[in-house]
Parts: sequence; C-alpha cells; structure tokens
Amino acid sequence: MQPEIMDIREFLSTITPFDHLPDNILSDIANQIEVSYVRKDQVILEHGAAINDLYIVRSGAVELHHRDGHLYDRMSSGGIFGQMGLLLNKRVRYPAVAKEDTLLYCLPDSMFFDLCSEYDHFADFVEVDSRQRLRNAVDVNTDSNDFSTSKVKSLLLKEPLKIQANDSIQLAAQLMAKESTSALLVEILPDVASCEAYNAPAYGIVTDWDLTSKALAVGMSHDTPVSQIISEKVVALDQNDYVYEAMLAMLRHNISHLPIIKNDVPIGILADTDIIRYESQNSLLIVNSIFHQNSVNELQEISEQVKHCFVRMIDEDSNSHMIGTAMAVIGKSFKQRLLELAELEFGPPPVPYCFLALGSMARDEQLIVTDQDNALILDNQFEPDKHDVYFSKLAKFVSDGLAACGYRYCSGDIMATNSKWRKTYQQWEACFEEWIENPNPQALLNSSIFFDLEGVWGETQWSINLNKFIRRKASESPRFLACLARNALNRTPPLGFFKNFVMESDGDHKHSINLKRRGTAPIADLIRVHALAIASQSRNSFNRLEDIIDSGMIPAERGHDLKNALEFISMVRIRHQALDIEAGMEPDNSIEPDNLSGFERRNLKDAFKILSNAQNFLKYRYQGNKMNL
Amino acid sequence: MSLLKIPDDWKAYFQQQAATAQHSALKNFYHHPPVDQQTAINKTPLVAMDFETTGLNPSKDDIVSVGLIPFDAHRIYCRDSQHWLIKPQKPLTEDSVVIHGIRHTDLATAPDLEAIIEEILSCLEGKTVVVHYRTIEREFFNQALINRIGEGVLFPLIDTMDLEAKIYSHYYEGFLKRTFSPRRRVSLRLAACRERYGLPAYTPHHALIDALATAELFQAQLAHHFSLKDPIQKFWR
Repeated sequence: MQPEIMDIREFLSTITPFDHLPDNILSDIANQIEVSYVRKDQVILEHGAAINDLYIVRSGAVELHHRDGHLYDRMSSGGIFGQMGLLLNKRVRYPAVAKEDTLLYCLPDSMFFDLCSEYDHFADFVEVDSRQRLRNAVDVNTDSNDFSTSKVKSLLLKEPLKIQANDSIQLAAQLMAKESTSALLVEILPDVASCEAYNAPAYGIVTDWDLTSKALAVGMSHDTPVSQIISEKVVALDQNDYVYEAMLAMLRHNISHLPIIKNDVPIGILADTDIIRYESQNSLLIVNSIFHQNSVNELQEISEQVKHCFVRMIDEDSNSHMIGTAMAVIGKSFKQRLLELAELEFGPPPVPYCFLALGSMARDEQLIVTDQDNALILDNQFEPDKHDVYFSKLAKFVSDGLAACGYRYCSGDIMATNSKWRKTYQQWEACFEEWIENPNPQALLNSSIFFDLEGVWGETQWSINLNKFIRRKASESPRFLACLARNALNRTPPLGFFKNFVMESDGDHKHSINLKRRGTAPIADLIRVHALAIASQSRNSFNRLEDIIDSGMIPAERGHDLKNALEFISMVRIRHQALDIEAGMEPDNSIEPDNLSGFERRNLKDAFKILSNAQNFLKYRYQGNKMNL
Repeated sequence: MSLLKIPDDWKAYFQQQAATAQHSALKNFYHHPPVDQQTAINKTPLVAMDFETTGLNPSKDDIVSVGLIPFDAHRIYCRDSQHWLIKPQKPLTEDSVVIHGIRHTDLATAPDLEAIIEEILSCLEGKTVVVHYRTIEREFFNQALINRIGEGVLFPLIDTMDLEAKIYSHYYEGFLKRTFSPRRRVSLRLAACRERYGLPAYTPHHALIDALATAELFQAQLAHHFSLKDPIQKFWR
C-alpha cells in the first residue's frame, strides 16, 4: 500500500484550489507529487518549452514574466503556476524564475486534467481564477460572472436627482448640498432641447462645476433659472455600455458626468469619481493618443501598440465583449482622426456627410485581424459632378490611412472608395428598401454586412435614422427575413456526422478550423436575423441576444446557451490570436484542433453543437415564409 | 566509533560480497553494484532513507520504522515512496516513543524486519542511498541483520550531515574563521540544515518525512555548493 506523506497532504489542504477536495483525493494527489528544489535566480520554465506539471510553490518565491520581460505575476508559498501552459498546448506560456531559494511540488499533468474534469471548482480556479481568466466552460453561470459588473449600470448607486429647467440655481445648489451629489438632471421641455446626444434626450445636466464657473464666478443672481447654466452638450450612455466606454466618452468630450439611459429614460448620472475605482485600461491611452497624432505616419506608429493592448486586455481578464468593444472603439478612433486630418487637408466638406462603419466594427465585435468595411451617407443636396471629387479623395485618404494602420482593404470592395457605396441618404433608404422588399438571396449574400451599420463621424444622426428605417421595414417583411435566414445557414459549424471536427480541406489552413467563418460569423448572422425580426435597436450580438430573449422569440435557456457558445468560441479565437502575437507570428482566425487542450476541444465541440441546434431552429422558424417567395 | 571497515572500492566489495553472502536477499542485493564512482551526480539514481529506532545504541536498540523515497538531482518521486513499521526485538523505551510517536499498539500488527528484508533491499538495488547522519542507518541496519540472519550489510552512503559539516568547516577555515572568533557552532540537525536553504519545516522523527526532508536537503546542497557534473565518489562513503 502507498504510504501517505501527510506533510504534503496537509499543506495542499490549506491552499486553493486543493482545499475543497475530499481527503482521499488529497492523499492521492500528495502521493503523485514530485518535489524539486531550485536555487534563487534559477530558471524554472522557459517560454515555449514543453510543460508536463502543475507547479505549487511550497516555500520561497517565483516570478512569472511576459515574453517581453514584463512581470506577469509573483507568488510565494501556496501559489500555483503552469496551468496556462497546460491548458494551452502544453507549452510554457509565462517563463518562471525562482526569486528566492524555492521548493516546488510538481503535480503531473494527467492528474491535473483528471482534477479539472472531476471537480468543477478546481477547473474554475485554474481556468477562471488565473489572471488570464479563461472562460472555458460553455455553461458559465452569468450570475457569478464578474464581467457583467463592469457595465455602467452596475456603478450607478442611486436614481438621478431631478430639477426643472426653470428652477433657480440656488435651489439646484441646495439640492446638491442636501443630497451630497455633484450633478443633477434638468428636465427640459422638448422644444427647448438643444442637445447633441446619441438619442437626443429631453434633459440636460447641471454640475457643481457649472455652478462654480458659470454662476458664482460671474456673479449670477441666485434666482437665475438653471436652464441658463446647463451643459450645452449632453453625452449620454446606455446602461449596458461598459464602464470603459464611459471613460472614453469623458475623455473625448472633456466632461465629468454622464447621464445613463435605459430605454430612452435616464436612470442615473455616472460621475468620474464613480469610475476612479475602475482601473484604467491601457487601450484608453491608445485612444487618447490617436487623437493627438497629426499625420498618417504618426497614426501608423501608434497602431503598432494596438496588438499589445489586445494581448494585455486578455491578460487583464477581459471578456470577448469588452475586447470587441475596445478594438472597435480604437478602430473608430482611427477613422475619426483620419477624417479630421482629411478635412484639414482637403478643406471642409461641400455638403454634410456621415461616415459609416459596417460589420464587426459597428457591432463592437472587432478583433485584431480585420477588414475595413465602410461607406458614406451624403446629404440629399449632393451633386456628383460638383461634389464627388471631394468625397472620393476623402474616402481614399481614410481607406489608405486605415490600411497603413493595419486595417486591410475589404476584399469585397465594400468601402467608401467604391462610388457604389457613396450614396445620399435618400438613395440609401431606397437601396435598403429594394433589398428588403425584393429580397434575392444572392444580392443579400454580399450585403448582410450593411445591416450592421454605425455612423462614426459627421451627421451621425442620419445613421440612427437609417437604422430605424431598416428596423421598421425588415421586421415587417417575412420574405426578407426568410432570405436572410437562408443565407445565415450557408456557413455551418465544423462538426461531422459523428460530431467530430471537420477540418478545412484546402488552402494554407488545411487541417485547421477557421473559427470566424465556422463559428463567430454564423452565430452573428443568425442573431442578426432574429434581431431584425424583432426590430431590436442593438447592434452588438450579445446585446441583440438579450433583446431576443426578452422578446420571447427564443427560450431564455437557448439564448443563454448561444451567448456562452459565442463567448467561448470568441475567446478561443482571441486567445489563439494573442498566442500568435506573442510568438511574433501574424495572427489569423484558424486553429488546429491538435493544438487545443482537451478542455478547449471538448467545450468547443459543445459550443458548435449549440450553434448547429440554433441553425436548425432558424431554419424551422423562418421556413414557413418560403412559400411566399 | 564505527566498527565497520569502509572499503575503498565499492564495486569490488559488492562483487566479493555477492560471492560470499549466504542469505538470498543479500546475495541478490550485492549482485546489483552501485554506479561507477566517476558517474556524475545528476546521472545517479538516488534513494533517501531514514530509520526511527528504540534508542541510539545499535547493539542495545532496534529499528521501529523505515522510510524510503527515490529521487535524483532534479526530482523526488513521492509515488514510489515506502514506509514500514517494524516490530523491534528490543523493548520500545518510553523516551523513544516521545520522539517518534510510535507506540506498542501501533506495532501490534507490524512484521519483524526479517520478513521484509528482501523488500527493503530490492528498493535500494542499484541506487545510491542518501541519509542524514550515516552512523545510525549504517550501524543499525548492519546490526539488525546480524541479529536476524547472522550476516550484516554494508553499502555506500551519502550523508547530508557530513556534507553540511564539511561545507561549513570550509567556510570557517576561510573568511568566517578570521572574522568570528571564537568559532560559533553551526547546528547540523536536519531541521536546522534545511532552514539554512529556505526549506520548510516538516514533521520531525517520522521515517518517511525525514527521508523526504533529507532528499530535499541534498538537492539544496547540490544546488548551492556543487556542480551537477561532480562524480559520485565526491559524495559517498
């Protein structure tokens, strides 16, 4: 019989994630341990080397580094490391060096994987609680998901305090003092509203700074109406926006308070002090610096940092929604700055216009490998002969600039440089009307990307109006939805008859799976169909799914599964891109199943099965309309 | 104090013993000589061994437990560790019970050493044994076998206590001797040695845990004071 080494078992029983395991399992683990002593400054793990153990620090101290030498983590007695490497291809992810004389307990990988599959909390810890926070399990319980807490709604402490536009500034000051708050919501009659905002709210905002600078400093009378000093610009955010976006909005507009809205109704005011707690993200600095670059060359230099920012966000436990949003905000910032520079070079536009982002950027689902998809809405006064020279130059400037910054030209030529995609507002409406009322699968195949559009510069209200028009038309056209649904079924998940992976059979990526083409894109496609059917206002797939679940279109449980499937596939895709970047390779969307850990492989199959079921449901849900075609 | 004569050439000694030993287990053991004396320490299979005893005198006292754990310069393999409780042929003194905690009741079902000689020796076959304070393990093992089968046993041992004493005497002869006079004694107890290398405190006086503690100590001594290429003859006696 195997003798028990009780000192090792006792030690393991005091540290996470071993502390919840049954005694007999702890004894088994203790008996499998291999012990190793390393002297201070000795290298324990080298980057990229094979790794076959989970390491537990018994005594001493160990530092883990990024490949570029930055410190990733430092741990002492009770710390564990090596789990990332074991979970990702069994190669060392973070090199490890002993910073003191150190005694290590090494747990062989076979036991590690057994523990992962047998004990959920063990798996959760090594996957979720590592700084990497792998969101591996498909069926993640969203209640325990930290990421949802970083939406702005979670930072709102109380209902907004309201005051009428014709109340006096003294009353405003008294209310602020009494409630110890630094901002009030000012209700304005619609005709007084002169707010430039995402949704043109009929309210303004007054802050302690407005009272100081606009009233007190100039000796305004106490009974002056509040409307005299309210902020001219109200920038509001949706409750589901991330805290991160709130910080961007504050930086961009140099303001300290943001009304937060839910269904067009303000539910609170977010102050900069509310988000000081929220750790600043590196991507913020990038966005800030984008707006300080004065040439395409300078922007190109900045764009080098985007990759690092992407990797860093993964290291900082971000979920795919946050990463997608950050990358989209960065992409939009490049567009905005390029357009500012273009207007400086070519002069002001002859007629107003709105520059559109399409596809993943508009959905806030952008990753590091991405095409530029864009278009222009021109003022109805646009006259091609007189004005098109300007817009064609402008589009070329932006498109070339984006290409220089790493956003590849769109292979389908869906770019504002293509005169076909420079239309007046009326022409766009007519174009969408044609697509929706006379749907033709072939035409829609290449244009579904237009159904995710966002104005990023200029007359952005036009894009809001155009979206409204599309929502109304599309939700009323079963034939169009059936056509779109049929297209959404063109790309199937890579599962064979026996639920094995089916690999790409040609091209550079033979024996690999394209996670975008076979995973995230078909999910986004099918979500778009449902979203258009219910006239959802959201563009992001996760937000659309919430709207779809709320509408009762699909059962909540299926919606939840689909969300997890999208998150899981996205994160595998993101992580593998990050690994490529760290390895100094060009990131792509392909993965080789052989390079997946058993855990990833298993969950990826589950995620693809969910997609497959959701596609079946889509077929069933919209098939009745086929007859009308 | 040792009555045993230590051979100069272990290989020759094993050959000779293999020919003359009577007991089959012993004969078999000697048929597996230790590695060549030039073998690098990191190429040598090692096994740490520890005994708990009824007292300190090999002729009056006996072994009550044996712990073994195989290892090498890089890893210690818990999965192949062994631990035996043994019914001593000498009385279990109250003083020793206080130290190792093994009571009469614990030994009720324990075998006599004779029944497990073969098993123990097979675990040592071809490996170099590492102990902390070799006198105990060497003298007790030899005497216990003489008492039971009429012939003793002898094999090379690496003694972490002896190594530690040499490491520190070297220090004293150099800088420290000149600086700190009169000489301060360094404790050579297992726990004290381990502490100097940053090794954690383990339960003392349990044969298996002490064997593990000894293996870790030897790895630490290697890492700090030796080269992994050093030949085994530099370590064993």
